[in-house]
This record gives sequence, structure tokens and C-alpha cells, in this order.
Amino acid sequence: MDKSERQDWLGLMATSKANQLASLWEQVGMAPDYTMLRQPETGAVMVRGRAGSTGDAFNLGEMTVTRASLKLADGHVGHGWCQGRSRRHATIIALVDALMQGEAAPTLDAAILAPLRDARAARHAAKAERAAATKVDFFTMARGED
Amino acid sequence: MATALEGGFTNASEDSAQVFRAALNVMARPGQIETVSGVTPPAPLSPAAASLLLTLADHETPVWLAGAHDCAALRDWLAFHTGARFVAREQASFAVGSWDALAPLDGYRIGSSQYPDRAVTLIVEMEELGSAGTAICGPGIETTAAITLPDDTMLDFNAARFPLGIDMFLVAGDRMAAVPRSTRRAGEGE
Repeated sequence: MDKSERQDWLGLMATSKANQLASLWEQVGMAPDYTMLRQPETGAVMVRGRAGSTGDAFNLGEMTVTRASLKLADGHVGHGWCQGRSRRHATIIALVDALMQGEAAPTLDAAILAPLRDARAARHAAKAERAAATKVDFFTMARGED
Repeated sequence: MATALEGGFTNASEDSAQVFRAALNVMARPGQIETVSGVTPPAPLSPAAASLLLTLADHETPVWLAGAHDCAALRDWLAFHTGARFVAREQASFAVGSWDALAPLDGYRIGSSQYPDRAVTLIVEMEELGSAGTAICGPGIETTAAITLPDDTMLDFNAARFPLGIDMFLVAGDRMAAVPRSTRRAGEGE
């Protein structure tokens, strides 16, 4: 399994909407056996940033996250982290993460990750559109110095 | 990917509070033995030592795994459940292992006169833990108590350096006791 692929789907689900992921998961209708390794727990993480991606790192602020870890009957371990305080959201992410490491990966990719990718692209496009509407083109009038 | 991450606290906040209470009791009353349950760590870590580490260690805690305890299964398990950093013995806040792997006591952090708390706490895995051993006295003991010690020269080591020194938890299976740095051989007094 490629590490960056796993980062990709975990990142996608971490920023997904809880109710969208929950309804997609219900539509898939899988009910695998699993044991919790880490019960869902909510905490705060410090988000750090660098101005212009170059300066010194600074603390941007804290955000609320929920995490959970579980192990499927076939031995795959899944970790779920998400924004907010939804324990169910974190559990579903951990389940999908674990299942994505097994044979169900193509099914889940089509049924869950593809719609989430579309939703993320739509969110980004909507934001870009709102920003584009306020775009101002600056230009300099002849100042009569010539 | 071989991972055995099971066996942590099932209810982290309540379970760790109970272990913390047990740890406080044994530290406050050297010689007293408490039993903890609920944690099933990978070998060779004992349930009592694992409970202590899950309760006391977090991502800012330098831990040294001594001897046979320094194995991949145990590192993975502790990293997942505590996030603790693994360091050399000279930097450790907690060191866990058998007495043979942990001894001698030289080289550990024993604190400084400004910060006597910046010392290592040893978690010593014992074969057996009972109250038929060296007679001890000191704060928290009304007259005298007795506890199985792996090596009673540890009392001399702490007596020579007080208020600096090394605090120790003694664990065997699911039982634990403690010998803080203030404990002395019975008869030597304060």
C-alpha cells in the first residue's frame, strides 16, 4: 500500500462533512466485525502555519478533533481523525481506512471516496468563485509625466 | 503489517484515574502493595508496569526501555497508546525493565538542587513482590514495613543523595509497590 494514497484518503475523509460520510457509509451497507483499539475521544490540536510557506512556524490556533482506532477481524488496523466532535464520524473514518487496506478497496473507493472527492472539488470551486467575484484588476492611468 | 495494539485502557479517563490513585497510595505508603487490572500489554511488559506507563507517560515523556523490554512490539504498543518518546537512559524520566537491565543506578537523572523533581522514576519488573523482605522506614511508614527489594543498596544510594535521588515502582504481574527516595533501612532513622 502506498503511504501517500493512504494520506490522501485519510485527509479527504478528515475534512468531509459528517452527515455526508455517514449516509454514504449506510448506503454501502457493510457491517464488518471489529474491536476498538482506541475509543473515540475528542481533544484539541494546535494548528501551525508558516506565512508564505517560508517564514518561521507559528501557532495559528487550536482546533477540535476527534480520533478513533480500531482493528478488523482480518487484522487490518484503521485510524480515523476528523474535525469536530462527532464520535461516529471518527469511527466511520477508521472503519473505511481499515477496509481500504483490504480487498474491499475498489468498492469503497467508488462508493465513498469518489463522492467525497466530488464534494471537496465543489466546495473548492464555490469558494474560488466567490473570491473571483470580488477580484479587482489594478491598472495605472497615464500620469501625464511624459 | 503485524500489529498488536490491543490491550490498552477500555475507558481511558476512569481506568487511568484508578491506576493513578493506586500509584499515589503506594508512593505515599512505601511497602503497601496495590493490585491493578484491565491492561494486557505485549510481553515482556507486565500489566502493572503497563498501567503505570499508560497513566503517567504522554508525548512529552522520555522513556527508556531497558534490556529485553526494548523490542519492536513494545515500542509500537507504547507509541500508539502513550505517544511517549524513547530515549537513552541518561535522558529518561521513566525507565522500565528488570533490575539486571536497569542497574547500576549511576548515570540516571537524579534531579538538581533547584529541580529535585527532574529525576528518573524506575519501574522495576520483579519475579515476585511480597512483604517479606528488607525492613524499611521513613515518611509514610508508621513504624517499620517490609518489602521485597531487588537490591537493598538502592536505599543507600538514595540516602547518600537526598533530597536528590531515584524513585522506584516495583511491579510483578498486576501488583505494584513503591520505594520513594525518602525511604531508609529500618533502624537507621531519618
